[in-house]
Amino acid sequence: MSRFSLKGWSGKLLRVDLTAGTCTDEVLNEQWAKEYLGGRGLGTKYFTEEVAADVDPFSAENKLILAAGPLTGTYGAANGRYMVITKSPLTGTIASSNSGGYFPCELRYAGYDMVIFEGKAEYPSYLQIHNDKAQLVGAVHLWGKSTKETEDQILAEFHGDAKIACIGQAGENLVSFAAIINDKHRAAGRTGIGAVMGSKNLKAIAVRGTGGVKIADPVAYREAALDSYALLKANPVSGEGLPALGTPVLVNVINQMGALPTNNFQKDTFDGAEAISGEALASTYLKRNKGCMGCVIGCGRVTGLAGSRFDGDGEGPEYETLFSLGSACGVDDLAAITKANYICNEYGMDTITIGTTIACAMELAEKGLVTEEEIGMPLSFGDADAMVKLVEMAGKREGFGEKLAMGSYRMAESFGAPELSMSVKKLEFPAYDGRGIQGIGLNYATSNRGACHVRGYMISPEVLGLPEKLDPQATEDKAVWTKIFQDFTATVDSSGVCLFTTFAIGAPQFANFLTAATGAEFTEATIMEIGERIYNMERVFNLKAGVDPSQDTLPKRLLEEPISDGPLKGEVAKLGEMLPEYYQERGWSTEGIPTDERLQTLGLV
Amino acid sequence: MQKLIRIEPSKCIGCKTCEMACSFKHTGEFMPSRSRIFNEVFLDEAKFITVTCMQCDDPWCVKACPKSAISKEMPSGVVIVDRDRCVGCRTCVSACPFGMIKYVPSLGKVDKCDLCGGDTPECVAFCPTQCLTLEEEDTPLRQKMLRFVDAVKEGQMEVRK
Repeated sequence: MSRFSLKGWSGKLLRVDLTAGTCTDEVLNEQWAKEYLGGRGLGTKYFTEEVAADVDPFSAENKLILAAGPLTGTYGAANGRYMVITKSPLTGTIASSNSGGYFPCELRYAGYDMVIFEGKAEYPSYLQIHNDKAQLVGAVHLWGKSTKETEDQILAEFHGDAKIACIGQAGENLVSFAAIINDKHRAAGRTGIGAVMGSKNLKAIAVRGTGGVKIADPVAYREAALDSYALLKANPVSGEGLPALGTPVLVNVINQMGALPTNNFQKDTFDGAEAISGEALASTYLKRNKGCMGCVIGCGRVTGLAGSRFDGDGEGPEYETLFSLGSACGVDDLAAITKANYICNEYGMDTITIGTTIACAMELAEKGLVTEEEIGMPLSFGDADAMVKLVEMAGKREGFGEKLAMGSYRMAESFGAPELSMSVKKLEFPAYDGRGIQGIGLNYATSNRGACHVRGYMISPEVLGLPEKLDPQATEDKAVWTKIFQDFTATVDSSGVCLFTTFAIGAPQFANFLTAATGAEFTEATIMEIGERIYNMERVFNLKAGVDPSQDTLPKRLLEEPISDGPLKGEVAKLGEMLPEYYQERGWSTEGIPTDERLQTLGLV
Repeated sequence: MQKLIRIEPSKCIGCKTCEMACSFKHTGEFMPSRSRIFNEVFLDEAKFITVTCMQCDDPWCVKACPKSAISKEMPSGVVIVDRDRCVGCRTCVSACPFGMIKYVPSLGKVDKCDLCGGDTPECVAFCPTQCLTLEEEDTPLRQKMLRFVDAVKEGQMEVRK
């Protein structure tokens, strides 16, 4: 074994062979660490080196990688994040899903940057890590339990200070959009990574770590942190909007501009927006604000439903959930949305996909394409009780839940109307209509995991005006901006830092952090190059997996049906005006294939 | 007047930055297990409680130390461990009723909060919500009293109208 000489990284990964039941330490590949950092980049590098692109996501040959970044577990911005990398059962693309909390940091304090799971356990199992000791133990007694119950049981039987990531019943039931939940309420939510974990008979990962993260230049690192703190505090989004109201601050903002998708994207303003806004949440069910470990923003919302017609407590809903289980379903009942959010966290499900899949079912019912008998109940837009019930049925795969568990595309396809699925590459849209905001539309069409806002958050320049204001309806320059956002995001996702910091800090700050932490040299240019390398690596994997460039598109509704109401009435997504320029900007062929020349420049061939 | 770290739990977001900052300053690593301030997160109750050494007026640890290695410095009032004298017997660890002095195996000595030796404590400097502040000991009390005075004042204004 070669040695790992850099600081920042722990320099060690844990390889868990679920079939054989073994846990083995490996030195992290130092060259790859410099080229791909950690998290999404390094995890995907290991994944693509070790797994064939045509692998069946639920087979033992698929692997599941949990990867922190070299900054995870340190202060400076909001450095409590990790990524989960695998092949997605929902999209068939590379899946990498992000979450924050305490678990990612604890993994680092135990001395690991990454855990690679391979094979499949013979019976339900979970992984215990206590510093340098790791072992697989039986989890038959945890199978069938919610994420909350699972976590409580592991705390009682393993270590009271352990931090835990686990799946609920949805992951066990292979619901195609099952999530991995850590610290009870935080979700690595999208693309069905929890189902891959369930397919491996892996219930949880519990970590207790008492070691530290070493920093190459502590004085410079501290300076970089103070610099970044000042920028984050002074910024209107990270210093004001997010701490005050959390992500739900966006409900009123996006609704007022006329881009809040409502009734499965049939409308773009929602009459009930005020009732489900961040302001409404703050005056009803909000208990307090919460941050992930090392966070200076604190966007988390701890809530409880006492005094409503539902019970329970937890965290959320976030903006995306207020859209998916709210406006997308025409539901303006904040208590019902919050309850459905709790169910998602306890069963371990992506709130965006389940909400938009229910919205799709509502439209199928509206159009008479699915009957009341098939659903087992009457279903129409605005029916809050049915929405809550269907969320639970999806987690259990019970009755119509069996259909919902497929995700909106496969469900709509089974009723002969795939065009009613509001998705790209089978991943459902988040809460911004790409017809009203052109750049985010381009990002949805080209994102490596399907319609995802956190792969290139063009809302920042197009709506929030950061780092500068762009006209949301214009198509000029959107290709250039989208590429920059996508590449930079890939670097952020690979460092262990929360994307929300990027409202205030950019490539220069990340270069400072990474240089001071690791002792290797990073510049603004290398920060962007690393992101581009990661983006192209993911693209190449997707192409090999059979997800061809013809899927870089948007549903017919966005391309051809103009927005029907509100300030943006009449707008459609002008993808055709942006896509060729985007391919050119990326240095890809006109067909959207990365050229050998560009791949060579990036060190990918 | 003695200065102490004042903690307002209602402002805490459970980010544990205090633990990171403390351990980084005193060990050179981000290692919450070595922090001298403790941010405990109760997920179910949504409560975040932070505790550290209160620099007691009549400290149990000082009285317990058989080697006179711990002293209360004046006028700062900070309770300090003299590492040259500490033999790692852990008597103070048993004596402190709050668990705020701990034995560090790698040092063979005990370790506790010293308010960063007179500078702004690192936990205070990095606390993102000003949940932690360094204040003279009677300042919080006076602030509470002034809030009460304000309330009374407002009330009288109402009556006059």
